[in-house]
Amino acid sequence: MIKSELVARVAELYPHLYQRDVEAIVNRLLDEIGDAMGRGDRVELRGFGAFSVKRRDARIGRNPRTGESVAVARKNAPFFKTGKELRDRLNADTRK
Amino acid sequence: MTGKTVTRADLSEAVHNEIGLSRSESAQLIETVLGEISDALVGGEDVKLSSFGSFIVRQKNGRIGRNPKTGEEVPINPRRVLTFRASHVLKEKINKLAGLSS
Repeated sequence: MIKSELVARVAELYPHLYQRDVEAIVNRLLDEIGDAMGRGDRVELRGFGAFSVKRRDARIGRNPRTGESVAVARKNAPFFKTGKELRDRLNADTRK
Repeated sequence: MTGKTVTRADLSEAVHNEIGLSRSESAQLIETVLGEISDALVGGEDVKLSSFGSFIVRQKNGRIGRNPKTGEEVPINPRRVLTFRASHVLKEKINKLAGLSS
């Protein structure tokens, strides 16, 4: 499923909203999550999952092809941890 | 880094301000969006949200694990796990906002 399909599925459930409004809402939602992570905040959506930022220290990397050393700057990496409810739902049918 | 936690309430406030939907309908809409994403994933569909990232369902085989504290062997059942791959746009945003170049 891609974003436009998500928007279409949601819009179907809200017939009184324009599809472009639903699109704006989905984009706003994703932007807010990204902005929060940019501030170093954690976004916790209980039942779904939590977005957080992990700090990666600067390190000396290596080009795997040439073996050459390259300096890798410190950076922040986004991280998602699946929520309990969703994790359980993903495995509801496989568990005996 | 402020290290705060953003919740559904903050997100629905943002949506409320964006479109002028009522607060309760904004909250409901967010629930629907998360629900549709979840349903797709549970159905085995990957979810790709351009300029944000992809949620990918992966099948893990069963294996014998070990309790690191007791050394006891425990079977780990085959299971499905969800991984999130952030898009380049999101990675850049996170580093730019934090004042780091990417």
